[in-house]
Amino acid sequence: MKKIIYVISAIPALGSLVVINRIEPYVLGMPFVLFWAILWVCLTSVFLIIANKLDPATEEEED
Amino acid sequence: MNEALLVILFFLVLCIWLGLQARKGKNMSLEQWAIGGRGFGSFLLFFLIAGEMFTTYTFLGASGGAYRSGMPPALYAFNCFYFVIAYWLLPPIWRYAKKNNVISQSDFYDKKYNSPALGVLVAVISVISIIPYLIMQLKGLGIIVSETSYGSIPPNVAIVVGVIAITIYVTASGMHGVAWTAVIKDIMILTVVVFMGIYFPLHYYGGIQPMFEAIDTAKQGFLIFPEQGLSISWFISATIMTALAFYMFPHMLAGVFSAKSPKSLRWNAGVMPIYQVIIIFSLFIGFSAILQVPNLQGAEADLALFKMAKMSFDPWFVGVIGASGAMAALIPSSLVLTATATILSKNVYKVWKPNTSDDQLQRLSRMLVPVISIVTLYFTFNGGESIFTLYLMAYSFMAQLFPALFFSLWKNNPVTVQGAFAGMIVGILIVVYSTTSGTTLATLFPSLPQAIQDLDVGLAVLFINIAVTLGVSAVTRKTPIGMKEDNKQASGMEKIVK
Repeated sequence: MKKIIYVISAIPALGSLVVINRIEPYVLGMPFVLFWAILWVCLTSVFLIIANKLDPATEEEED
Repeated sequence: MNEALLVILFFLVLCIWLGLQARKGKNMSLEQWAIGGRGFGSFLLFFLIAGEMFTTYTFLGASGGAYRSGMPPALYAFNCFYFVIAYWLLPPIWRYAKKNNVISQSDFYDKKYNSPALGVLVAVISVISIIPYLIMQLKGLGIIVSETSYGSIPPNVAIVVGVIAITIYVTASGMHGVAWTAVIKDIMILTVVVFMGIYFPLHYYGGIQPMFEAIDTAKQGFLIFPEQGLSISWFISATIMTALAFYMFPHMLAGVFSAKSPKSLRWNAGVMPIYQVIIIFSLFIGFSAILQVPNLQGAEADLALFKMAKMSFDPWFVGVIGASGAMAALIPSSLVLTATATILSKNVYKVWKPNTSDDQLQRLSRMLVPVISIVTLYFTFNGGESIFTLYLMAYSFMAQLFPALFFSLWKNNPVTVQGAFAGMIVGILIVVYSTTSGTTLATLFPSLPQAIQDLDVGLAVLFINIAVTLGVSAVTRKTPIGMKEDNKQASGMEKIVK
């Protein structure tokens, strides 16, 4: 279980370092390179919230 | 003209009032004053830690960077590593701090390595890094207020008034005052920046995509990473280095300690990226200025946002922008003031005079606040170029504290006190040398591939630091320093390592 959580949290860290250095196509009005960066910031949230849900430590610390 | 001024004054008074209110019903012990009694739930913690993302940088740096150099510095504003590191690193740090009554960043090193001297070294490195950061915030404040008051308040007057304001409520309420003012500040900035970030592209270009297309036509290559200089490899290495350094700052760790539970820290790490996205609106402002107020040179580029605002809005709204900008400078500064006073009293003064009681320390910390304010003001007005050089080094300096902290969270810490000392000192010396002499990987190894030449120097130094730390530790390993018990408490990290 722990392993899965590490993998989940590592995905956004690695993904955000992949830079797609191009302007076309525009997404939501933004050049692709910018959209891609923003996408990974949002995905970081998604992955970390999932990791937090799965993390057994979350329940140990109800205080 | 006076409308803008009135709005700015109103918010300044509001901040002082709220900051003073925050102490009500709190018995101001050192722990209460320095880290809010470890009682901040997810809500306050969010604004306190997230608040560090909205500093004067949001107003001047991010928009100015996009204006001046296009996409690379713009993307640098987004850093996913901050959050992943926060998710894993902060809960074990918090747990150790709670168990061992750690109230400051330098305390952590002191207790982990059982060495007050290491605490002093960390405190000194931190103060040297953090005062220039404070000064840059204040300089930003001066620019913001004088611009948005249409020059009716000179920068130096704004700086002095602002510093007096935060000194009052930090001395009185410490961390509580910081947290509550941070809430207002963030709401203000959010509203103002999001509004302008949408309004400017729509009003001047008819949309966000038309704006970027216009920039791409006018300035070829401005919207992507170049082959060298601010290249992709610079971006990646700088991103990692900044993220490692980010939580080493004493005021960031003070924020972490103020959390009520590790749960709120993890929750924060998960939600904060969404909040970071807001910076994109600040970038839109900078991009929209490129073709509307062209030819701003050098430091002028940082004023792009205000040039745009003044030609588009009524004075009262410019005043609102000024007030949020002023808070963007002052609230992070007040957090820095609190943390600096704490490490100076707890980790420097107390080492010198070990018999000081917690109550005396609490009073001393609060007395130090005006002293630090005055020293900072002095250097703000008289510091010159050297302050800026120190500011450039601040992140690289703080990154040098990372290895000793990271390894200390392992089940069996491979680092000895000597190793920690050696790594930090060697790291700091190389950073100073490379910054002052302009040495980069490119000047050292001109024949290496471009991707390696563009690497951030701070990250390269960090590797040397780690090597020295582990090397010296291996040699000094045999001297026992009684860390066995401490290590058992680093419960969270051991699972990562093994």
